[in-house]
Amino acid sequence: MPYRAAELPGQGTDMRLNLSERSCRALQLLVLALAIPFFAGASNDEARFNNIGHKMMCACGCSQLLLECNHVGCTYSDRMRNELMSAVQRGDNDDLILSTFVGNYGPAILAAPIRGGFDRVAWIMPFAVFVLATGVAVWVVRIWKSRPSVAAAASTPAAVDPELDRFREQARKETEL
Amino acid sequence: MPQIGSFSLLLALALALYSFLIGAFALWRKDDLLSETARRAGIASFVAVVAASAALVVAALTNDFSLAYIMHHSNRALPTPYKFAALWSGQEGSLLFWALLLSAYGFVLRVRHKVDLQLTAYASVIIAAVQVFFLLLVNFAAHPFAIVTGTIPQDGNGLNPLLQYPEMVIHPPMLYLGYVGVTVPFAFALSALIMKYPGEKWIQITRRWTMVTWLFLTCGIFLGMHWAYSVLGWGGYWGWDPVENASLLPWLTGTAFLHSVMMQEKRGMMKMWNMWLIFTTFFLAIFGTFLTRSGIVSSVHAFAQSGIGTWFVWFLSITAAACVAIFALNYKHLKTENHLESLVSRESSFLFNNLLLLVSCFAVLWGTLFPVISEAVTGSKVTVGAPFFNRVNVPIAMFLLLLTGVGPLLAWRKTSLDALRRNFLAPAVITVVAIVAMIAFGMRPWQEDISGLYSLMGVALSVFVIATVASEFYRGGRVISSKQNTNVFAGMVQLTRRNTRRYGGYIVHLGVVIIVIGFCGSAFNSDKEQELPNGQSMTIGSYTLVSRLATQDDNANYESEAAVVDVYKHGRQIDTLYPERRVYHATEQPATMVANRSTLREDLYVVYAGSSEKGNPILKVHLNPLVMWIWIGVWFIIAGTGIALVPNMAAVRVMSPVRATADALSGGRTAGAGD
Repeated sequence: MPYRAAELPGQGTDMRLNLSERSCRALQLLVLALAIPFFAGASNDEARFNNIGHKMMCACGCSQLLLECNHVGCTYSDRMRNELMSAVQRGDNDDLILSTFVGNYGPAILAAPIRGGFDRVAWIMPFAVFVLATGVAVWVVRIWKSRPSVAAAASTPAAVDPELDRFREQARKETEL
Repeated sequence: MPQIGSFSLLLALALALYSFLIGAFALWRKDDLLSETARRAGIASFVAVVAASAALVVAALTNDFSLAYIMHHSNRALPTPYKFAALWSGQEGSLLFWALLLSAYGFVLRVRHKVDLQLTAYASVIIAAVQVFFLLLVNFAAHPFAIVTGTIPQDGNGLNPLLQYPEMVIHPPMLYLGYVGVTVPFAFALSALIMKYPGEKWIQITRRWTMVTWLFLTCGIFLGMHWAYSVLGWGGYWGWDPVENASLLPWLTGTAFLHSVMMQEKRGMMKMWNMWLIFTTFFLAIFGTFLTRSGIVSSVHAFAQSGIGTWFVWFLSITAAACVAIFALNYKHLKTENHLESLVSRESSFLFNNLLLLVSCFAVLWGTLFPVISEAVTGSKVTVGAPFFNRVNVPIAMFLLLLTGVGPLLAWRKTSLDALRRNFLAPAVITVVAIVAMIAFGMRPWQEDISGLYSLMGVALSVFVIATVASEFYRGGRVISSKQNTNVFAGMVQLTRRNTRRYGGYIVHLGVVIIVIGFCGSAFNSDKEQELPNGQSMTIGSYTLVSRLATQDDNANYESEAAVVDVYKHGRQIDTLYPERRVYHATEQPATMVANRSTLREDLYVVYAGSSEKGNPILKVHLNPLVMWIWIGVWFIIAGTGIALVPNMAAVRVMSPVRATADALSGGRTAGAGD
């Protein structure tokens, strides 16, 4: 920066330059630090509103998520959205907001069972069944692999069914090049 | 009309009972003559049910409000097509419609009995048993010809406004054709088990029935989605509503059956599994009907709560007991004939495909019933909505998509490592390029929530499936074209005609991945709501909407408010939309008429949300990317299934050397490596 060389020559000048630069950067950082929460807060509130609003149902009985209820003349969704927006802007955390809504509208207001306790069973069961089914499938595969073919084992003429062979041949033609 | 309808229903019941009881007796006594009378009684029962249905339709068309059903579901101002649709708009009428379709399927089966006299005779008796159940329902539990007590009203209550939409005239019949159609393969499977029928002929006979039924169910589900998207006005097409889920359950098991049945046909494996899959599909079809009508789960689609749930519980229990007993007596007949030669084989991929489809089915069923279970256990009812179903099912869907791509690359019996590497290389490279391209074009899954990541995965896996399917077509087409001196495209057409089932199936897979790409767009949906006085504008995405005027209308059926909205893109007017809100006179119920500008890139979906205190229209505008691809994908599925249903073109002698060349080109893959 040319003005610095002209106005503040010498070593002391360098020090003042550093001080000035530091102050300037500190000021910039301060502005940035103030600005980030301000702007990020705005988008964060919106994102939180959107996120929490999709975790709740509308209480009008339309079976739609709160932010997706377009039930004409719905007496609940506008009020609930306003309550949600107020809570988000107050800085209430997600759990508090959800529990407040559960308190006001009942547990069915949550779009998924997330209250703990028996609700956990809802989430565990599909994965338990998946694990169990995979185990069974692996077991079946092992049996299949270890077992000799019935057709091969019973390689007597009686085991050959001409009609069966005809259908197999037809299936092969239908499913192969 | 009420007398004709009631008499026809009683007659149909008597004929179905005869067909069932005498048919079963004749089979036991091996009396062919008696069996023939049972078959003819079954055919006659169809005529009687047609007469009853016609009586109800005529009553609707002639505004016969002496019938309680017509009074509740129609009115004078209702347009004629919707009066016709009144047949399936309410509980009683839709059960009659079920009975009609079942009788129609039974009619076709009984007329075509020469395909296998004995097997068809058994299947006819089983269908007659199911007919008896539905005819008992419409005769004694939900009578469509019940008479209004007291003074006959001058006008009816009208049809639910949500049902006054063109797709509602075809969506329920499609869905019902799917639900009811499952009865036919079920009847054949049970018959084959009772008879200890040798071989897989029953599968050959029912293959087309199963595919047609599956296609109807698929079309019914997607028509329902399109209806929900167009009518409910919330900007989405699938809300994981219990009734939607009820239609998905038999579709999932039916899809599993369509795949695993190939194992039985080609390798004589999974016979017991297939038997139970088709049983389960039938149970789930009936269970879906029970869910819709019993009122045990709350749904926007459900029919009025009624006491017919008990009937369904009894029917399901008796059917399940019968299936278990017959299976226990005859299961030895269903022994697997072959063993698995390698884990890396088509057989394994089918097994895991079935596993995932069944787990997904369980997850949907579990989520649907969990509110009832929770209430029984804890005393408080919970909601299980989209967040649960998406979180559980989307990962499963991703695995399934992966298998859809991997499956065709694996050979039956065994795939060598070398062949595996060669087959996977090109699709894998294309997939990686697609992922890099998506990230280069701005997808940042690590910066978004999990839906962004799933979208990227969904599109990448879809590209993988498309690449594998394209390589299958290209390789086969190239072989034929080189032998016949035609171009590759003509070779691919010839290839498809020679093996309609396999290549039709691939086209169905293409349809599925196109649909998945459409679903992936939902991660980038956006919406905006704004009051829009005349001349004012709002912007969403690259669109600017300018309100030209607000208007009102009143006719015999409804009164409406609407806005005329000009749509601009990059400063140029590209369309004028007309979002509307109606209030139907007969029911005093409101309904939204969505204005949707649909393109391959995105849907501009405009809802008339209401009017402000100043009388200005309030518009809710959604920008939904890629939705049109969902509907395009369905057309692919229809085309693919249609092709698979067409018989193969006669094989020509040149096939042997071609096949040898094809095998050589594909790196010594074993027979059937690609289907």
